[in-house]
Amino acid sequence: MKRRFTREQRLTIIYGILCIVLIIVMLQLWLLMATMNAYLGGDQSVIFPAALASLIGLALNAGLLWYVFRMERRR
Amino acid sequence: MNRRDQEHLTTSPDGRLPEEQPKWRQDFPIDWPEDHYVSRRDFTKFMVLTSLAFTAGQFWIVVQNFIRQRQGKLPLQKIADVAAVAIGGAVTFTYPQEHDSCLLLRTGENSFVAFSQKCTHLSCAVVPQPDKGRFHCPCHEGAFDMATGEPIAGPPRRPLPKINVEVRSGAVYATGIELRTI
Repeated sequence: MKRRFTREQRLTIIYGILCIVLIIVMLQLWLLMATMNAYLGGDQSVIFPAALASLIGLALNAGLLWYVFRMERRR
Repeated sequence: MNRRDQEHLTTSPDGRLPEEQPKWRQDFPIDWPEDHYVSRRDFTKFMVLTSLAFTAGQFWIVVQNFIRQRQGKLPLQKIADVAAVAIGGAVTFTYPQEHDSCLLLRTGENSFVAFSQKCTHLSCAVVPQPDKGRFHCPCHEGAFDMATGEPIAGPPRRPLPKINVEVRSGAVYATGIELRTI
């Protein structure tokens, strides 16, 4: 049986998710700046790994957002 | 009254349950506690969109790098005759494209150095200051060493891209660009 959350519980969950999403977004921002700096400096070695890491970050964020949508459908 | 009913402090104009309300009314709740939830949820959505933009930026760099690699070796281009540049003097030229402004400096009888004129901070044009042995960026007071192109003051962190030069039959030629990181 799928559980329904009260508003207080949903607010706590959304705060937790927001914190994780913000941390990942800040890491992505740092990664983008570092990669741009490396690219402009002619260093190609970090470009693909950084893009992959950013994609993983996006996947994590999308997964958390999907959880929010799923939680709202249960209301 | 159960707990879920207690959460709803106000009743919608049509008297239906909040879950049965149209989307626009659910997104603009009257109750403060519900509004707190909606605003944080929407901020989370916006942050995920920002995450998508950063990822798109990363892949834009991948594409730009691919295009740069496909360009291959840069062409040989004559900059100036040796006699046309006085010792300690500088001339401007463009390389490899017509909008890529560069500076050629004659540091000795047979020694030349050339750098891109674009400041590595925000691409302002740097100007040579031979008396101080540096290139000066007037936009944000940045400075680069004239001999090496390394940043010595101000906001720039990366050295100026170095243009490889060769002297052939009394003329100076640009043969390539050496991008340098921190």
